[in-house]
Amino acid sequence: MDLDSLTIDSTRTAVAERKTTATALAEAFYDKIQKDDPQIGAYLILSKNRAMETAGRIDRLAAEGNDLPPLGGVPVAIKDVMVTRGVRSTAGSKILGNYIPPYDCTAVARMEAAGAIVLGKLNCDEFAMGSSNENSAFHPVRNPRDTSRVPGGSSGGSAAAVAAGMAVVALGSDTGGSIRQPASFCGVVGLMPTYGRVSRYGLIAFASSLDHIGPLARTVKDAAIVLRTIAGRDPMDSTSADVPVPNYVAELEKPIRGLKIGVAKEYFGEGLDSEVRNAVETAIEKLRSLGCEIVPVSLPHTEYAIPTYYIVATAEASSNLARFDGVRYGYRARNARALSDMYRRSRDEGFGAEVKRRIMLGTYALSAGYYDAYYLKAQKVRTLLTRDFDEAFKKVDAIVTPTSPTAAFKLGEKVNDPLAMYLADIYTVTADLAGIPGISIPCGETHEKLPIGLQILGRHFDEATILRVAHAYEQATAS
Amino acid sequence: MKVTEQSVVYVADLANLELTDEERGRMVRDLNSILDYIDRLNELDTSNVAPMAQTSDRYGVDESKQGTERFAYASRDDIREGLRKSLPHEEALANAPESDGTFFKVPKVIER
Repeated sequence: MDLDSLTIDSTRTAVAERKTTATALAEAFYDKIQKDDPQIGAYLILSKNRAMETAGRIDRLAAEGNDLPPLGGVPVAIKDVMVTRGVRSTAGSKILGNYIPPYDCTAVARMEAAGAIVLGKLNCDEFAMGSSNENSAFHPVRNPRDTSRVPGGSSGGSAAAVAAGMAVVALGSDTGGSIRQPASFCGVVGLMPTYGRVSRYGLIAFASSLDHIGPLARTVKDAAIVLRTIAGRDPMDSTSADVPVPNYVAELEKPIRGLKIGVAKEYFGEGLDSEVRNAVETAIEKLRSLGCEIVPVSLPHTEYAIPTYYIVATAEASSNLARFDGVRYGYRARNARALSDMYRRSRDEGFGAEVKRRIMLGTYALSAGYYDAYYLKAQKVRTLLTRDFDEAFKKVDAIVTPTSPTAAFKLGEKVNDPLAMYLADIYTVTADLAGIPGISIPCGETHEKLPIGLQILGRHFDEATILRVAHAYEQATAS
Repeated sequence: MKVTEQSVVYVADLANLELTDEERGRMVRDLNSILDYIDRLNELDTSNVAPMAQTSDRYGVDESKQGTERFAYASRDDIREGLRKSLPHEEALANAPESDGTFFKVPKVIER
């Protein structure tokens, strides 16, 4: 069985029809991980006991001739920012290097309840802070398409595992582009749902008003199946929305003819690589030829999104990461003289450079005398950015943009310039700030065979439309 | 330059970080470079713009109600059974760097 081309439905059908077993399939994936992952570095932790237990349950269901649940027997993997009961969960950080959570993230529990086999936990930038996966405290991830290049971040392990056939689908998290940008760099599909669509319970918090969980997959349909599985109100997360969850898979087949697709000039300005521009413009023409009406829209505050994001996100992070103090769990520095010394040295030794930089920036922005100038100012600009989308979505049903201004860059290329790294998220942070959904799908390659991503943004809680456009484009361009 | 070595020491103190001399130097450089970029927010007049803390305030909020009633969508009944009871003692202590089996242990609190 070719593990690289499995989809959720083909896997589930093979298990249901007893062409293979969930147990044998999981074993095959672990063999592949053992063989291939040393070159990629996508996995941090394997959860073999847990995987085999679920696989056994699915195989018994299949043997008894029962219907399998939607993800029955499908090998999946989870970005290591989601906690898993009894399975080490690190957030890519030394400070949580030995943490074994006593509970499950809701999204993971829902995947498993739907029959998914959780193979393990995937590498990421420490606390999901980064755009290249080079901020993992353990080891970087390499792009399966070119191992001298980054897979993107922060869900780089998730994108790489799916691209390299080491999981059928993966869960990632997106705070400023961390699902969509790595999906674009690795040539897979990455979906960030609307804020509130998927519970954040058990997602190790980076920036609570911006954090989203979503799928990375090889097809749009797989992303739709996973979203249907994990979406919906959760009493354990008061920000999870009580909004009905449509049957996204059924919605995929609705026609896209007549949909109005917005194109904003602000996403095609300085800094956009010409090959990326050409690929995205070609994709827009393809959507036109499929019957969509292409409509120019304006999102005039786009250039202020990165500065807004780096205040809001770091301010929230400085507060969220205050909990790591070496008392109840996590790393503790040895031989501290007193409590305050223990706090400081545990955090100094436990956090990496980028995490400390963001804690410092966020603390500075919230400190007396700077709160109004930075934090309050950024919150107001966030309102303006959101209004831009409100206005645009009065005229159009979706907006298409490049996902990232360039294809995957080289390892080490941006590590010494934090600002240059932040600008890798220039087209993705806007959707996080506004809380709208976005998807990245492959739309061609550079002359060096590096994948290029097309981003499709939608209205609040209208994932169905962007999935539908993405699916139509994918089907029309399938080779 | 907005951020001096002195302000880095002050902010690190607020954030419960110590930072090495080398880290402090880098932090002065990096924070100034990032804040210079962030300063472009001042090009925008936001005097009549309301701040936005949460996108979830955009749905569900009942504007006809007062106070916390406006946010009824986010509330739920207390959970006494089932979903999430308090952790058993030993589970709560299982990840502690140091415990005596009953309490988390920490170094002495009062320095002298």
